[in-house]
Formats: sequence, C-alpha cells, structure tokens
Amino acid sequence: MRPEVRWVTRAGVARAAVIFGGLLAFPFAFSQPWIVTMAFFAVMFAGLAQAWNLLGGYSGYISLGHVAFFGLGAYSEAILFTHIGIGSNGYVPFFVLPAIGVAIALVGVPIAWVAVRTRHLTFAIVTLTLLFVVQSLAFNLHGLTRGSQGISLPGPPFSDYERPFYLAVLAIFALATFIVWHVRGSKLGLMLFAIRDDEDRARGVGVPTTLVKVFTFALSVCITGMIGAVWAYFIGFVYPQFAVDPLVMIGSLLPVFLGGAGTVWGPVLGTFILIPAQQWLAYQYGASQLYLIAYAAVFLLIILLLPRGILPSIRDVVSRWRDRRTPSVVPPHAARQGAGP
Amino acid sequence: MHLFVQALILGILIGGIYALMSSGLTLVFGIMRVINVAQGAMVILAAYLSYSMFQTLHIDPFLSILLLAPAMFGLGVGIHRLFIRTLRADNAEEMSLLVTWATALAVEGILSVTYTTSYRSTITSYAQASWTFGGYRVAEVRAFGFLISVAILIALYLVLAKTRFGRSVRATVQNPTSAKLLGVSADRVSALGFGIGIATAAAAGAVYGMIYPFHPGSHYDLISRLLSIVVLGGLGSLGGAVVASMILGIAESVVAVTISPIWSSFVFFVVLIAILLFRPQGLFGIRERGAL
Repeated sequence: MRPEVRWVTRAGVARAAVIFGGLLAFPFAFSQPWIVTMAFFAVMFAGLAQAWNLLGGYSGYISLGHVAFFGLGAYSEAILFTHIGIGSNGYVPFFVLPAIGVAIALVGVPIAWVAVRTRHLTFAIVTLTLLFVVQSLAFNLHGLTRGSQGISLPGPPFSDYERPFYLAVLAIFALATFIVWHVRGSKLGLMLFAIRDDEDRARGVGVPTTLVKVFTFALSVCITGMIGAVWAYFIGFVYPQFAVDPLVMIGSLLPVFLGGAGTVWGPVLGTFILIPAQQWLAYQYGASQLYLIAYAAVFLLIILLLPRGILPSIRDVVSRWRDRRTPSVVPPHAARQGAGP
Repeated sequence: MHLFVQALILGILIGGIYALMSSGLTLVFGIMRVINVAQGAMVILAAYLSYSMFQTLHIDPFLSILLLAPAMFGLGVGIHRLFIRTLRADNAEEMSLLVTWATALAVEGILSVTYTTSYRSTITSYAQASWTFGGYRVAEVRAFGFLISVAILIALYLVLAKTRFGRSVRATVQNPTSAKLLGVSADRVSALGFGIGIATAAAAGAVYGMIYPFHPGSHYDLISRLLSIVVLGGLGSLGGAVVASMILGIAESVVAVTISPIWSSFVFFVVLIAILLFRPQGLFGIRERGAL
C-alpha cells in the first residue's frame, strides 16, 4: 500500500460527486421517516469509520476507545442544551458543533500525549481504559450528567424531523472524507505512513512523531465527538451505557477493516455494506445484543480471511491481472535466464 | 486507624485475586507479545459458568474451578490455534489486539443473550459468614478466594521454575529467537501459555462471581483494572504483576473507605497515567526497544 501522490483526477472528482450528490439527494428522494433514519445511521457510522481510519488506518495506532469521545460529544451537547435554549427554529444545536469538536480535540491532546509516549500496545491499553473511565464519570458525576437516569434533550420543532439531522451528519462525514483524502496526499500523510511502517526510522529521519500522532488523534476525536453530539440531539436522550456503547465502537471499526484500512473509500464501502444490513435486521427483528455477536464474528472472519479488506484486495487482483496482460519487454527466455535462484 | 487496617486487610485479599487474573495476562504477553484484551471477558464468562453450575447442579463455586480451569484451558488453546497462530507475522501485534478484542465482544454478546444484562451474583450458604480477628472482620469467601489464588500462583511459579515446560517458557520470554534455535517449539509454548492464561482467568472468575455482582459488560471494568496492573508491574513480568496487584488492591480499598467507593476504581487510572508519564516500562519491566 504505497501512498498515492495527490492528484485531482477527473475520475476521482466524478466518484466523489456521484457519491456525495447521491447521498445529498437521498432524503429528498426517499422521505419516509424510517428510511431517512436508517440512512442517518449509515452516514453516521461512515463518519465514525472515516475518523477512526484517519488515525488507525494511516498511523497503525489502534484505538479501542474512540467511542469515549463519541460519548463526550453526546454529553457535551446534552449538558449544553439543558442550560441554554435550542433556539426557536431548533438549529442552534447544529451551529455549536464546531465548538464542541474543538473542545473535544483539546481534551484529546493531553490524553493522546500520555497514550503515545510508548508504543502501539500501550496506546491500545490507554484507549481501552478511556471507554470505562468516561462511562464511570457519566455514572458518577451526578450533578452534571444525572448519573444512570440520563439527560433528555428538548425535541426540535422540525416538521421533517429526520432530514436536518441527516444533512448535519452528512456534512461531518463529507468533511471527514475530505480530510482523509487530503491527508493521504499531504506531507502529514507521508509522515503517518512512515510511522506506521517503521516508527524508529521515521523518527531517525526527522519526523516529529509525537506531534504528528497527537495532532492526528485530536483531529480524529474532534470528528468523532461532533458526530456524537448530532447523535445525542437526534436520539433525544443520553445515558451512560448508551452514549459509550461497545456496539458503536465495533460498528465504527469493523467497516474500516472490511473495506480496507488506510484507503479513502474503503471505510465508506464497508459501512454501506454493513450498516444498512444491520439496520434492516434491527428494524425487522430488534434485539441489539445479537449484533454484538454478529459483528464480532464478522470481524474475526475478516481478520482471518480478508485481513487487508475489500479495496486493497481488489486492487491487488487488478494489478496482477494487468501484469499478466501487458507482455513483458524482455523476451520470456531471456527473463528466465536473468532470474536468479 | 481501625478503618485503615480493615481496608488494608481487604485490599490484600482482593490483591491476591487481581494477581491471579493479571498473572495470566502478563504471562501471555511475555511469551508472545499479545495483550489478551479478552482476559476480563474470560473472567466474567467463568463467573457465569460457575454461577450456572451452582444454581443447577449445586456445585460449590470453589470446587467448580476444578472443572472450569481445564475446560477454559482448552478454550484458550482453541482460540490460540484458530485466531492467534494464523496471524501474519508482520502485523501480528496489532491484529492480535483486534482478535482478542473481538473475542471479548463476542463473549459479552453471548452472555447478554443467554443470561440477559441484569446483575447476578453467586450466593453460597457461607456467603455472609466471616471470622473476627481482634476486632477485624474477614469474610470467609474473600479469605478462601485469596488462599486459592495464592495456591494457584505458587503452583504456576513452581511450573515455571522447575519443569522443562517452564524452562522453555522462560527462555521464550527472555529471547524468543535463541529459544527457537535451541529447539523450543514456540508454537507449543504459545498455545500452552495462552491456555494457562485463560485457565487463571477461569479460576479467578469463579472467585470473582462470589465476591462481586457481575453482568456481561463488567469485563470493561475488569480489563481496565488488569491492564493498569500489568503496566504498573511491567508488561511480561509475573512478579511485577503480583506486586502491582497488591499495591493497587490496597490503594483501591483504602480510597474506598477514606474517600468514597465510587472513586476507588479511578485509583487504577491515576496510577496508569502516572506510570506512563514517569516510568513507562513499569516497576519491574525492562526498557526494551519496541517491546512496549
């Protein structure tokens, strides 16, 4: 997986235009509430996957606790709007999203700085404990979070209830995808790939590894937190197990590995395969605990059978096929002679 | 002062059980550089299994260890064979993390579906009984749990120190390449090591279920504590894990009586952050390039 040189190709622009144009038009074409709700969750998880991909896919640092920041975003929104009004048109909670994102990025900086002091495994340990820390804080800081009772948010006065939420989460998802695409071709991207492939050598050639890791972590949790905030407003209430839910964690990590970690469109592809299927099953049958088993099983199967994900595997097959089609410049017998033992 | 000594006694007893759980975690890391994120889930699984055996077959939870430990040893060897051994070497560390994490979630899901998500606890006839020594109360369950944990830890130590298998394990921990060159089968040592790691979780789980109420999501709490312990002790160091378990067990119960039980689990995270800031290799860890 070599980093591609950033190149605004016509095919790339067309692909992005078709995907985002289609997603933008979707709630206007299919306006039934349950369909828009399903689409909301699909786009929400696509955004979460993309945010995770930015850090995990590019730098190789695996976070098992991103959902802690999703929960922080959800609680920020909920706590904020129990104190100030949502405005007569109900759009104020969307306008504060950038502020919530920045605040969560700032919370992420010291955490990342501690977590990346050592190597990948300790990073995973710290992020995993974060999940539990944030959940316990939500349970125990009664004055702020009302503990296990949770907080209800005021409902918005929209007549087309789902659509504004869908568009808000679509905007964050588009931003996340743009960042992932932009970083891939930038100097930051090259530094992240260098860290993933050989961190000691990256540091040796002058990559400011700590700065790069902390910055990317903050960017990643900023997006995650904003999505959590939209989710809280959409759902209308938050309580600890719900806002910091392992199902959300695996739901945002699994698509990355299904589609291909470290690619721009892999996480999106993975999400749009996985989440609509899950949403449809949930709509038909309910019982959320079964999804935890199903997700875990799918995850184990991917790691066993398709460890690189769909897009990189397809790319491999295509390039192998091309190699076979284009005849070698060297005549076959000469090539055979030239080949060493 | 009385309260403090009482907390100290409680802390030591709990520390012994933490030591049993975290010894498996640190052993597995030492042998194969795998953090078994499913260790907490395995403890909870064992707690449920011993709960079921007690409810339906009336097997005493302490005796159920004799059944659970071998069964879950087998489970561990199976997980190793299926998921850990098959990982490609170039990114095995990260992938093993994801594999064990997915295993933990699968266990959580299965337990939620089978037992629902409400709290359970294994309540035996002697659950409320306690001894009094000079004014200090010691619950029988906790004392037995502590003694069993210590006995298993001593057995584990003897296996590692005296047997041929133990020597292969120690050789692998110290230098995997040389161990392989000298004819140690890394595959066999890893499989058995992983099995033993899960077996310690099984034994500790039966005890855990008698002391604390548990539900399928309890493993996040547990694994967070256990990871803090092994980082404090130094990843891969068995002695370090035991010492760290005692330190954190005591700190936890002292905070619980002096400040509030709510904040006692935060001791673990405060210590985790402090250790990462000031001594990332842990109390007894070796600063090894790329090991941590």
